[in-house]
Amino acid sequence: MSNLFEFACRMGDNSLVLGHRVSEWCGVAPVLEEDIALANIALDLIGQTQLWLGLAAEIEGSDRDADALAFRRDVWDFRNLLLVEQPNRDFGHTMMRQFLFDAWHFEMLGALKGSDHTQISAIAEKSLKEVTYHLERSTDTVIALGDGTEESHNRMQNALDRLWPYVGEMFLNDDCDHIDTSSLRPAFDARLADVLGQATLVQPDSTFTHKGGKTGARHTEALGHMLAVMQSLPRAYPDAKW
Amino acid sequence: MVVEKPTVTQIWKWLDNVPDPEIPVISLVDLGIIRDVQWQGDTLEITVTPTYSGCPATSIINLDIELAMTGHGIKNLSLKRQLSPAWTTDWLSEKGRSKLETYGIAPPQTAGGPDRCPHCQSTDVQRISQFGSTPCKAQWRCADCLEPFDYFKCI
Ligand SMILES: [Zn+2]
Repeated sequence: MSNLFEFACRMGDNSLVLGHRVSEWCGVAPVLEEDIALANIALDLIGQTQLWLGLAAEIEGSDRDADALAFRRDVWDFRNLLLVEQPNRDFGHTMMRQFLFDAWHFEMLGALKGSDHTQISAIAEKSLKEVTYHLERSTDTVIALGDGTEESHNRMQNALDRLWPYVGEMFLNDDCDHIDTSSLRPAFDARLADVLGQATLVQPDSTFTHKGGKTGARHTEALGHMLAVMQSLPRAYPDAKW
Repeated sequence: MVVEKPTVTQIWKWLDNVPDPEIPVISLVDLGIIRDVQWQGDTLEITVTPTYSGCPATSIINLDIELAMTGHGIKNLSLKRQLSPAWTTDWLSEKGRSKLETYGIAPPQTAGGPDRCPHCQSTDVQRISQFGSTPCKAQWRCADCLEPFDYFKCI
């Protein structure tokens, strides 16, 4: 499989898996405004998925389209970061996961916008506008909840501690990456230090990182459960139209 | 028999009568998503850019364009999707902006929030949420007339 196909799958699978995770809040978020906000973010991410997986399908040149890639691949074919497949848990955990991903996604798309591959650059340019908005909101929420009540502060610190071992994978780099992802780390770290400071949260000092999501070598148990739900309908009724 | 092809100007006028499916007071041309109209031989080529990448109205918009053009006797139509340059609310027409406000939706402002309440024109407005009922809107409220209103997000 070509490196470019792998890369388009990495980008598309990140937005697909996180988009699905976020959509799990639809109808059950703490307040109506948050419910609507989460559903809108999920929608943006699924829209970006169509662009990236559409590009992957075009590169592959077989009879698979974006839908086939999303709904007819199994866990071992997915190339998303382990971070985005982690379960939602509570609202604070969902927003911490969102912030960590948005902060990386923002830098990543900013770098990809300068690519000389016209399709990659166009998708990045389009997505970056949406992700800038996502990052603004997840930043505000992390600060509000971190520097909130004792209960919300503790929940946000627990979420950060739990998710921290999944941060490093975003910056691991290999031949399939269209740009050097490790070069995004300084800007990410600077933003993290600023936001966590305002949120009165403490960045864990461990450098241990789980890996295997973006290479497909080893996903966490959570992804299989998620795909079982996400893919059940299209697999039960292949090619259904409505 | 030779049939005159409608001019590009005529086609822009027709497109300006196709309403946005989610905010029907403005047209697709007002929204700024029609990027180009041209004849390629006997095929009419219309270039459309999406507002938000996941906006569910995108496929309806394409369908509405097709229906409108077929209704005007266009036989060969090709719709092209263009992602770059990415859509910006700067492309909303002046006519579209004032129609939005009359309809009760505050038009986008570069400051990042509405300059006044679309109902009573008070400038004492507060943000409820960065998101709203469709991808292009956010929820605000007026501290004077106490009415909530939609704000067309500036991107
Ligand atoms: Zn008012």
